[in-house]
Amino acid sequence: MPDPKATISFELNGEPATLAFAPHKTLLEVLREDAGLTGTKHGCELGECGTCTVLLDGTPVLSCLLLGLACAGHRVTTVEGMAAGGRLHPLQDAFAELGAAQCGYCTPAFLLAAQALLAVEPRPSRAAIKQALAGNLCRCTGYLKIYEAVELAAARLRGEDATPARETLYGHA
Amino acid sequence: MATRKKRRTVGLSDSLTVKRSQSDSPTVRLSDHRVIGRALRKIDATAKVTGATIFADDLFFPRMLYAKLLRSPHPHAKILRVDVAKAARLAGVRAVLTGKDLPIPFGILPVSQDEHALAPDKVRFVGDPVAAVAATSEDVATAALDLITVEYEPLRPVPDAEDAVAHPEPRIHDYGDGGNLHKLIHLEFGDVETGFAAADLVREDLFFYEGSTHLPMEQHAAVAQWSADRKLTVWSSTQTPHYVHRALAKVLELPPARIRVIATPNGGGFGGKSDPFSHEIVVAKLAMVTGRPVKITLTREEVFYCHRGRHPTLMWIKTGVTKDGAITAMHFKSLLDGGGYGSYGVASTYYTGALQTVTYPVARYKFQGARAFTNKPPCGPKRGHGTPQPRYALEVHLDKLAEQLGADPAELRLKHLVPPNSLTANYLRVGSMGLGACLEKVVAGSEWKRKFRKLPPGKGVGLACSSYICGAGLPIYWNNMPHSGVQLKCDRGGGVTVFCGSTEIGQGSDSILAYIVAEVLGLDPFEIAVVTADTDLTPVDLGSYSSRVTLMTGNAAIQAAERAKEILAGHAARKLEIPATRVVFAGGRVFDAEDPKHGMAFAEAVQVAEAAQGTIGTVGSYTPPRSAAKYRGGGVGPSPAYSYSAAVAEVDVDPDTGIVTVPRIWIAHDIGQSINAAAVMGQVEGSVYMGLGEALMEEMAYRGNRNVVHKIPSLLEYKSPTTLEMCDVVTYLVEDPDPSGPFGAKEVGQGPLLPVPPAIANAVYDAVGVRVDEVPITPEKVLKALKKKTKGEEGRVGPTRFPDIPWPEPIRVPPPWEGGDGGAVPVAAAALERQH
Amino acid sequence: MLRLPRFTYLQPTSLAEALRMKADAGPDGSYVAGGTDLYPNMKRRHQTPTTVISLMQVKDLTGWGMRDGRCVMGPCVTLTELSDSPTVRQSYAAVATAAELVSTPLLRNMGTLGGNLCLDTRCNYYNQSYEWRKAIDFCMKKDGAICWVAPSSPRCWAVSSSDVAPVMVAIGAEYQLVGPEGERLVPAARCYHNDGINYLTKQPDEILAAVRLPAPDGWDAVYHKLRRRGSFDFPVLGVAAWVRWERGSRNAERGTIVDARIVLGGVASCPQEVPEAGAVLKGTALDDEAIAAAAEAAYRPSKPLDNTDFELSWRKQMTRVYATRALQELRSRRSRRRE
Ligand SMILES: Cc1cc2nc3c(=O)[nH]c(=O)nc-3n(C[C@H](O)[C@H](O)[C@H](O)COP(=O)(O)OP(=O)(O)OC[C@H]3O[C@@H](n4cnc5c(N)ncnc54)[C@H](O)[C@@H]3O)c2cc1C
Ligand code: SF4
Ligand code: FES
Ligand code: FES
Repeated sequence: MPDPKATISFELNGEPATLAFAPHKTLLEVLREDAGLTGTKHGCELGECGTCTVLLDGTPVLSCLLLGLACAGHRVTTVEGMAAGGRLHPLQDAFAELGAAQCGYCTPAFLLAAQALLAVEPRPSRAAIKQALAGNLCRCTGYLKIYEAVELAAARLRGEDATPARETLYGHA
Repeated sequence: MATRKKRRTVGLSDSLTVKRSQSDSPTVRLSDHRVIGRALRKIDATAKVTGATIFADDLFFPRMLYAKLLRSPHPHAKILRVDVAKAARLAGVRAVLTGKDLPIPFGILPVSQDEHALAPDKVRFVGDPVAAVAATSEDVATAALDLITVEYEPLRPVPDAEDAVAHPEPRIHDYGDGGNLHKLIHLEFGDVETGFAAADLVREDLFFYEGSTHLPMEQHAAVAQWSADRKLTVWSSTQTPHYVHRALAKVLELPPARIRVIATPNGGGFGGKSDPFSHEIVVAKLAMVTGRPVKITLTREEVFYCHRGRHPTLMWIKTGVTKDGAITAMHFKSLLDGGGYGSYGVASTYYTGALQTVTYPVARYKFQGARAFTNKPPCGPKRGHGTPQPRYALEVHLDKLAEQLGADPAELRLKHLVPPNSLTANYLRVGSMGLGACLEKVVAGSEWKRKFRKLPPGKGVGLACSSYICGAGLPIYWNNMPHSGVQLKCDRGGGVTVFCGSTEIGQGSDSILAYIVAEVLGLDPFEIAVVTADTDLTPVDLGSYSSRVTLMTGNAAIQAAERAKEILAGHAARKLEIPATRVVFAGGRVFDAEDPKHGMAFAEAVQVAEAAQGTIGTVGSYTPPRSAAKYRGGGVGPSPAYSYSAAVAEVDVDPDTGIVTVPRIWIAHDIGQSINAAAVMGQVEGSVYMGLGEALMEEMAYRGNRNVVHKIPSLLEYKSPTTLEMCDVVTYLVEDPDPSGPFGAKEVGQGPLLPVPPAIANAVYDAVGVRVDEVPITPEKVLKALKKKTKGEEGRVGPTRFPDIPWPEPIRVPPPWEGGDGGAVPVAAAALERQH
Repeated sequence: MLRLPRFTYLQPTSLAEALRMKADAGPDGSYVAGGTDLYPNMKRRHQTPTTVISLMQVKDLTGWGMRDGRCVMGPCVTLTELSDSPTVRQSYAAVATAAELVSTPLLRNMGTLGGNLCLDTRCNYYNQSYEWRKAIDFCMKKDGAICWVAPSSPRCWAVSSSDVAPVMVAIGAEYQLVGPEGERLVPAARCYHNDGINYLTKQPDEILAAVRLPAPDGWDAVYHKLRRRGSFDFPVLGVAAWVRWERGSRNAERGTIVDARIVLGGVASCPQEVPEAGAVLKGTALDDEAIAAAAEAAYRPSKPLDNTDFELSWRKQMTRVYATRALQELRSRRSRRRE
């Protein structure tokens, strides 16, 4: 028997959205199954990996522990909302450039967590980046390319003409 | 071309130089690369950073059903009765399957076809699938599982390998090498006793390497569709679509031609998605039964039950060395805890004994390996497949030997490196060998000389080396066909499409194809279309495992591209009225080397060729060279090439808590030639990460006393290092092109993991003077060792015995320098030899 | 995908409405704040309320302010808000530290103070899926009859795993509870029971409506946490140490301690005060001997069981180390302040 659906209106990736879904669904399920936005991934559905990160009113949260219904009237941003006008966000660009996305499964979450960091801290230290991303697991990269990509994007967002260090791409001499 | 100097090996009999057969190395051009070696984006990078990549669980089809598996709550039990009637009646349930619906066994290795999609009569670990449901929603499918009743007759469970040795009954499987021992191996390359007698120092050590799992962030998922014209399509998060294809055909009794397997990009694999799995077969069957698309996505807990991870391995090693550190003999024993099924286990067991010989010359070598069946999720290939355990043992053992000899461990290793282009005692053919250069890099970069044994208490440095294969010399099932195939299509619009069965798991294999074809044909790699991992569309590639993809698909792609180039060059030459040898492909053009302006666009070259001879398409394939090892068991270890790594780890040990932190690791990797330097860097860093986790915290833990349940099947309690644990990594890439690799390339996906655990273990000793001869090196163990040391006991924690195992008679293979030809001495002759 | 069971979700905007909804729902109703504890538990079928009443829209429960020199905190402030607040960092540093050490930044953006203080106890025989628990035939805390950690025990030994609760007990905070029968103000220490199942003295229908912190008037507190990784992980040991320095001794050469409390988290089913440890500190200037004696006193009653990460004997030994480090930090904070 299909579940009776509840309907909410909220802002999804900058656009007004109205969605109907079973009321016990998490935002993660609603995004993937009812909004057709499969860019948001999942690795545990228990708050233990950070893979399902989205921005709620600009703050990174775990969509697997957030009820869809609790998002009524709020602003939700997913990875699909990062690129604007067909152009990659500087973070996306830097991740692609440095190979910070290997399998790419954790990538949407890291991008959004990093975006939230750069919104409040345009010049984060390496330590601040580690702290801000400490809630996201990646099994492929060892995180280093991710830090470097965040630093590169931060510099570019500040208007600097930044390029990656040679060691980053080719190793030490 | 690599130099082929004559080199002496090991100070043994005569000089040994291996002739490499020219025919199996493709055209190698080591200079003037336009694409090769550059740090380019991966061709799928944009899709990955925009969330556009479609992983298996991202697939949704109209009328799709959701499947769930009912799993065994018993570690070892007979199934007496399964009643699914109630579940089948639940509203929304469309089909229920049990073992009798899928009676044909399967398994990755032909010698261990011991798995069933759903256990028909017996379960072998907590989590073994017993029944399956397809329903209109995951909620309904989950609810239906609770309505299935299964009656079990519990059997005595076997919680670990030593217990398996001690308890042959009740047997977990009715095949294998007796009792609960799945596989016993005994190989002897020369008489080790003679070697020990000739040594100045002989040392024995025991080590234990705990099991760990791959933990890809993406949980396994598969979707199946059965069409009205009786064709099956399965999309799956698998590293080996070809083997899934074979398993489906076998179990479902369908002609392979009716089955299409598409490997979706894997959200991480690391070896954990290399077996055909129950859930893949089950969704296929459910799709056939219901006529509707069926999807299954495993929960994180179920991913722990799929496992196929690192075998927990107990090891004993005895080595004889001369005063200057040359190894006169080595005897190595391993006991692997295999879990409930065979998986790749036979190969894993051989691998625990195979690569000891490729770093430092071992004059005589004896290996005894055993794999036990236990009632836990099956172990299999995890990054480094069977070799991180012995590598850890060997490198820590060498550290101890160096200390006893009063030698610097870096110097000791540098003095005794396997020469390039040589044969080892067990007939592995080493080609290029960059370990010396790697060692020099990390020793200099880490300021080893200034730090080793000289840092303040609590701080230490440790060093280790390693080697890994670039693909296995033999396929998993016996056949003499190529291991990798590539098709290439040239479109008259100038587009080129590469078709290959290889599977993108994040390592960049799709990109490799594009870079290589672009390099050969002088095109922009981002304009090459790449179609992979689809059994309907792409020629077979065996899969993304054993670090084989770059080397094998790369060589196949070179061959296909060179053939296309030859065709195009011939026709272009005619048009340009120049000899074909002068035709150059570069910058999207085809032109005269002597007059670059005299030429045409690549598209025009295709048109000219197509007009002349019809559609332009080529194929390329790759088969590894014949192995020098002809003895039984010699199939595991041989590889077209070996990569090398060296690492120095720096650690801080808190003496009050035993907590070890690793601020930095220096690592050098002999890559041969990087195809994409940035991707290589990523693999090195990722390998260090995984090695760090295994060294310090990752552990597959079971409650042996409570039904052998997995203690911690969650992302919270299985400890994967976070950003706060990950160390800095200083990476050096050593490029010493190997004639067997495409453009000289060797592997990087797995090798750099190997030196990390032993380097950390050695650094802990340097920091606080205790030996934790057991991985992971947890605070509890370090503190225990420190307390023992304070009390005046040996500051060591680790295993204390290796059980008696009923080893078979050895297979005796005289090493090359004792006149061997790679084959075993016939048993009778061997017995005779022993009498003398 | 692990999914939530079906339930009705309600979002009251006032305390009265919330209480009424809970009364209507009866024992099958549950409050939720950030949901970071309740929802994972529901996905594993530890709790299966059919009505879930969110407190996040109740205006009175958010924010904080100073009243009569003491800070009064709404339970629905998030852990991030707590640890980021300059006021809290300044006057209640131990609270900010504890909040900042909870799990991950993402979780702290959702998890609330109230939820943290009411956190379900944890045990690695319990925090498992329904199927896993079935494989060991369940346990007393949910669906079963026996305690697998202490099979002969009549009670459940699941572990109090909140980071903030031990600090609240140590500094002597008070919880304001509002129920159908009205309001009561209870010292934090008396809000917890050493029982893995009935770990709160709060009635199920009572709402934790405010947390009142003592005025920052000459006491100091710190919190130290032990866990495997720098994020994600629950405490396997938390040490909250609170001391009141002798009044007027501020400028004296050697100040002494007039009162002290050491409260351990992660070792019992409730935050566990070790009165002996506090007692030996009184009258001392937190010199090395005093610290050693207090650490020894804290170590003795600490009885971790085999139901969290790490081996229990090591965890017990760490009590001494972590108590020592917490007290050393208090001492150095003192000297820093006087500089
Ligand atoms: C992976 C992971 C790691 C974690 N690590 C830590 C950690 O390191 N340290 C730690 O302390 N916690 C940790 N937590 C637990 C938890 O997330 C936090 O404690 C969080 O603060 C709980 O707050 P919440 O608002 O999300 O609670 P909720 O889930 O909303 O509520 C928890 C319980 O409290 C009740 N409740 C909530 N608010 C009130 C109220 N005002 N009145 C009455 N009852 C109320 C709810 O009914 C529920 O039973 C972790 C959780 C996860 C999933
Ligand atoms: S302490 Fe005992 S009863 Fe309580 S949750 Fe753990 S096993 Fe169950
Ligand atoms: S899916 Fe792992 S935290 Fe949400
Ligand atoms: S890139 Fe694969 S998990 Fe992060």
